[in-house]
Amino acid sequence: MNLILVTFIILLAFTSYYFGRKKALVIQSSQRLTALPKFYGYYLAAWCAAPALIIFALWSVFEPSIVKTFILQDYTDQNLTKNELQLIYTKVKALAAGTYTGNITNFLDESANKYIQLKGIANSAKVAIILAILIFSLSFAYRSVQKNDRMREPVEIFLKWVLFVASLGAVLVTIGIVFSLLFEAIRFFQAVKIFDFIFGTHWYPAKTFVRDGQPDPELMKDAFGAVPLFAGTFFIAFIAMCVAIPIGLLSGIYLSEYAGRGVRKYAKPIIEILAGIPTVVYGFFAALTVGPFVKEIGNAMGLEVSAESALAAGAVMGVMIIPFISSLSDDVITAVPQNLRDGSYAMGATKSETVKKVIFPAALPGIVGSILLAVSRAVGETMIVVMASGLAANLTMNPLESTSTITAQIVVILIGDQQFGDPKTQSAFALGISLFIVTLFLNVIALSVVKKYREKYE
Amino acid sequence: MNSFKKNLLKKRYNAERRFQWYGKIAIGLALSFLAVFMFQIFSKGYSAFQKTWIATEVHYDKELLLIDAESPSKDDLENADYYDVAYKAMTSLDPGLPEEEDRQLIQMVSYKYETEVKDLLLKNPDFLGKIVPIKLTASDDVDQVHKGNYPRDIPEKNRRVNDYQLQIYDMLNERGDILSEFNISFFTSPDSREAELAGIASSFMGTVFSILVCLAFSFPVAVLAAIYLEEFAPKNKFTDFIEVNINNLAAVPSIVFGLLGLGVLLAVFNLPRSTPLVGGITLSLMTLPTIIIAARASLKAVPPSIREAALAMGASNMQTTMHHTVPLSMPGTLSGTIIGLAQALGETAPLILIGMVAFVNTIPGTPVDPAASLPVQIYIWSESAERGFVEKVSACIMVLLAFLILMNLAAQIVRHKFEKKWS
Repeated sequence: MNLILVTFIILLAFTSYYFGRKKALVIQSSQRLTALPKFYGYYLAAWCAAPALIIFALWSVFEPSIVKTFILQDYTDQNLTKNELQLIYTKVKALAAGTYTGNITNFLDESANKYIQLKGIANSAKVAIILAILIFSLSFAYRSVQKNDRMREPVEIFLKWVLFVASLGAVLVTIGIVFSLLFEAIRFFQAVKIFDFIFGTHWYPAKTFVRDGQPDPELMKDAFGAVPLFAGTFFIAFIAMCVAIPIGLLSGIYLSEYAGRGVRKYAKPIIEILAGIPTVVYGFFAALTVGPFVKEIGNAMGLEVSAESALAAGAVMGVMIIPFISSLSDDVITAVPQNLRDGSYAMGATKSETVKKVIFPAALPGIVGSILLAVSRAVGETMIVVMASGLAANLTMNPLESTSTITAQIVVILIGDQQFGDPKTQSAFALGISLFIVTLFLNVIALSVVKKYREKYE
Repeated sequence: MNSFKKNLLKKRYNAERRFQWYGKIAIGLALSFLAVFMFQIFSKGYSAFQKTWIATEVHYDKELLLIDAESPSKDDLENADYYDVAYKAMTSLDPGLPEEEDRQLIQMVSYKYETEVKDLLLKNPDFLGKIVPIKLTASDDVDQVHKGNYPRDIPEKNRRVNDYQLQIYDMLNERGDILSEFNISFFTSPDSREAELAGIASSFMGTVFSILVCLAFSFPVAVLAAIYLEEFAPKNKFTDFIEVNINNLAAVPSIVFGLLGLGVLLAVFNLPRSTPLVGGITLSLMTLPTIIIAARASLKAVPPSIREAALAMGASNMQTTMHHTVPLSMPGTLSGTIIGLAQALGETAPLILIGMVAFVNTIPGTPVDPAASLPVQIYIWSESAERGFVEKVSACIMVLLAFLILMNLAAQIVRHKFEKKWS
């Protein structure tokens, strides 16, 4: 039904384009045109499609909730909770669609009939209103075509609006992220105190079984302490940085200061391949090769090593991050003005002394910025940890044990079927919002540091 | 020059040389990680492109098939009972085996061997009543033994292939009845719980659909947004806000987009779970900032003289942009888009959250059928304990990497072939 309506509107828009252009050619025979004939077509087509489609979209957004309020009006006197009302509404909808299998009460049957009736009214009203709008806007547009008004400006203003709305897309996505996370997280914090979440030291959401439709508050208190996850996240990121910073920084310096053109031309893109490999592939590599390898070495040295150690996950993550640091620090070092180098050489310093004592301090803010970006990348990394570092949230600082991270726990909680309204599912959104805040914070600092650095030298 | 100064100079030159070596070692390490990594994947995965068959003979006995008709129709063949015929084909490999032990022989072929026996007769109806050679898919354990991935010298109770089966395998191998052929079914069959039958067709189609949906949603919006920001946006607070927003969005961890997909697309808009449609939309939100940034950079690279020339000829701002600036910027935009899509192609976590990890043993035909995607398939298989899946994962990784390399090459070609150099 909706599809037919939209197709009809679009087809009508195309027809009106050709109609408008033809009309322009007719006008041309008696008076001077104000724009190219195709603008007459665009003008009609835009007036045809835009109002109708906007009304259609608004209608589709608001119709379901309006129908819902009408249906649930009959139930207001029964003193039901929000969840129960939602359940009834789902039942009514299923019954109307003929997919309901439970037992049917008279009341429910009545509601279902009412639902079908309302839907029918809504549908015919929608078609009628949209047809009316089409006729109205087309006749309005046609009158100004007949009068041979200016045609190009309105079309261009319209196009500009389309461009503007598209640029709002990115803002909409951000709003979507914040609201979808906040909405569920707030409900989570109604059940679990925010203090228990941020400072609790036990993360064990599987413990919160549901009794009589209500989760046991005693157990809830001790199950959602996110400290082990925060600690694990930063611990694994720290291990990754221990691998990535020395290798990335040194190769960045070598590439920008020492390497000949040939080496630079080939080595840089090859190192950047490391950043293009999907993370799930790294995860497989960490779980199958690096994990057992670390375990073997550890056992040979007489240490007790878990097969899924934080060290294996962190080290592989570090390899993944090398190109971020090497490329960014290469760019930053190349941006240091040549006269600083020349001054240092003129004083008799060797190349490495110049790098260590002049270029590195000068490039430091940029390098710090690139490291912060890399940390934010490591904090948000998911698949390597899920596959290589175990899923139990241990509060440990031993790199040979398994730990879990925020991202890995989100996956563990949400894999498979989820039930909305369950504190366990909601806790994933609470974790998501803390992850979002942490990475946003790191990025804002990093970007502003890098920006200041650029302004200094450019 | 006194000796003290000489020593100092020597020390400084040594330090210089050492520092250079650190750099070389760092680059060497980074490159060797890549080499080790590629070697591991290839050495583990190449065998998955070979499939092992067991050759034997099957007697299409009319009585055992329970076919009464003199000249049976297609339907008769379709509905015949192949259990005994298939069973006999396997047990004939070792006629001396007592009946209660013959499960050991049956376990050497894939559990779908009955279907294979049936398919051969349906393809060649004149085989009815004859004894013909047939090849049956070997079970993944026999397959792994044949490829040498399976240690034979550990105690029998720790092995999935027992001594008797090994003996039969050796006998067949000596007779040349174990065949190795290119594994077409890896590319044409959907996922399966059995390693020997599992293929990537379902996840491959899932990936293709997700990428197409992602392209359809992200490309138009991103290009229009880039045009607005670069060519029309007034310099004010709101424009700055949009810009900051885009930069931050590009750095949001991918899993957060998965939460968005779950919380908005599935819970609010009630789109179908586990489908490439939802996966593609989720990925498109992620690629949106990447494409906007690439498109803006390539619009910025179009020299102002082009715009000035068009404006001087009396074109409006919109005409200048749409007829001149945007077409000239397209090569850069397109190559940025392909790179953005390649990133989206490798994403796993957001797709897991919107349910694309469900076991799917059909090949999806539309974007609203449940499907997995290649990276998710890698995750699913790597969680399986069976040994046969290890090489499948590596092979799947090889396919995924090949796909990524192709896309990056395409991006390079688009950029170098069509981009105009302004100088």
